[in-house]
Amino acid sequence: MLEIKDLQVHYGGIHALRGISLNVEDGKIISLIGANGAGKSTTLKAIMGLVPKTAGSVLYDGKDISQDKTRDIVKNGLILTPEGRRVFPDLTVDENIALGAYTRNDRAGVAKDRKWVFELFPRLEERKWQAAGTLSGGEQQMLAVARSLMGKPKLLMMDEPSLGLAPLIVKSIFSIIREINQAGVNVLLIEQNAKAALEISDYGYVMETGVITISGTGKDLLVNDQVRKAYLGE
Amino acid sequence: MLTAIAIVIIGVLLFLANMFMDNYQLRILNLSGIYIILSLSMILINGFLGLFSLGHAGFMAIGAYTVALLTTPPMAKQMNYYLDPIVPWLAETEWSFLPAILLGGVLAAIAGFLIGAPVLRLRDDYLAIATLGFAEIIRIVFTNLQSVTNGSLGLKGLPEIEIEIPLPLIGFTLNLSACIWIAAIITILFMVRLVNGSYGKAFKAIREDEIAAEAMGINVFKHKLLAFVIASFFAGVGGAFLGNIMGTVDPLMFRFLLTYNIVLIVVFGGIGSLTGGVLAAIVITAAMELLRFLDSSFDMGPIAVSGIPGLRMVVFSLLLMFIIIFKPRGIMGVREFSWQWLIELPQSIKNSSFGRKKLRKDVSK
Repeated sequence: MLEIKDLQVHYGGIHALRGISLNVEDGKIISLIGANGAGKSTTLKAIMGLVPKTAGSVLYDGKDISQDKTRDIVKNGLILTPEGRRVFPDLTVDENIALGAYTRNDRAGVAKDRKWVFELFPRLEERKWQAAGTLSGGEQQMLAVARSLMGKPKLLMMDEPSLGLAPLIVKSIFSIIREINQAGVNVLLIEQNAKAALEISDYGYVMETGVITISGTGKDLLVNDQVRKAYLGE
Repeated sequence: MLTAIAIVIIGVLLFLANMFMDNYQLRILNLSGIYIILSLSMILINGFLGLFSLGHAGFMAIGAYTVALLTTPPMAKQMNYYLDPIVPWLAETEWSFLPAILLGGVLAAIAGFLIGAPVLRLRDDYLAIATLGFAEIIRIVFTNLQSVTNGSLGLKGLPEIEIEIPLPLIGFTLNLSACIWIAAIITILFMVRLVNGSYGKAFKAIREDEIAAEAMGINVFKHKLLAFVIASFFAGVGGAFLGNIMGTVDPLMFRFLLTYNIVLIVVFGGIGSLTGGVLAAIVITAAMELLRFLDSSFDMGPIAVSGIPGLRMVVFSLLLMFIIIFKPRGIMGVREFSWQWLIELPQSIKNSSFGRKKLRKDVSK
């Protein structure tokens, strides 16, 4: 459903992405792993139109969206959960969730999805009236995911959902990602926590300084020697 | 419903005030109304969008001059322009007030659009400096358009605003206070609707995190520009009233100091709270008059202080510093008044620590 070909991005003089090609197939969880500065977040931002692309194409359902505006991309169902959660701290949990559905006009659908995300994250329903900035890190991450889901994503792109969270919460976040995928949402996951990401992924890509070096199914990558040495710490 | 009742009560109170207050007190009341309009318009940009704009004086000047030029009778205009004659297309105009005030707002809004489109790409201090500069440019242009604005001589002898309501049988005329307070109430209701609606949500999202807002599909630039234009409109309307209540407009009125007054109100009331803006507009306006005695000579115990003009502004500067240090979010922060809050107030006082202590005492007895 999403096909990226030879995507290139320059930040000033730095060639941040040197030609990325990857595929997201329908119904799958795809993960993109790699070290700091490999260009993972840049890839997502470039897909969303948040940073300018210097070359390459992004095909979404066969349509080229590489020149589209971010808001149109969001409307089409490509939604990014940005790195570092980025919830709106002074707004309540409920307002944050409502903002996730900003581009949607179908009231009934929004109400249904609101119920659904509260089922996924009962903690958030308990804290509906609380300012998002007063939530714990894990709760804020849940809120960020819930907010993204409110946009009715066909493809949800998550940038480091496990960043800075306790292991137990990381585990529950990953099980929720799987649940979201089973509900029919494709997921493109960016992670430094390679093991956890690959375990739930159908397919994975490994990035190094702006290029994709290895790719394969999640299971294959988990046993790949190079990946094990560099990213799994074995 | 409760809001409607409250408006009726305010209307009755204002009517009584109009009958029993002297001119000086009425003037303070009117100024409060004007500052409500101005502070709400500034809160929209500085509070809800989080953009630090300091261009209000310029937009107010546009509104004030529009109304002054369009509504002053031709004879009075003739007397003002003794250096350069007035341009012919303005010499004979004598509009009624309502369209003139609205046009003042619209022209200010257009200026807001023209200035906002390039300037809103800037952030933080850069935006503040750029808007400040544009306000000053507007003022300088007005100073130098001798044959249109009468330059630094200003316009004097403006007729007081009154709006006739030509209803059959019960036709009546709204005087200046009524016009100001109706405008203030319309401003409050409009802002409350705007801020609580989907635009308001988008504004707040942009304030909190621009990138996340963009990722939600919000058109950040469009919303910024929209808010800027709306705020400029209300600044123009507020300026029109302010010029009118002074009875004269001249370019020196619209210096940065005027913007500073509004910033003071907004910071005092709480950036991001309409309620705070309204309360602070009333409190600060009243205080500015009450503290007038500081400008004249007074005795402080054995020390006789000779009059220092401007001493009350020192008090306000100190006040501003205290607020920034001890209550950086203003008296209201981002909290808002709601009827529900008022209804639950007795209950929450009972439940507060003060109430509970009292309860415990009762039990121990």
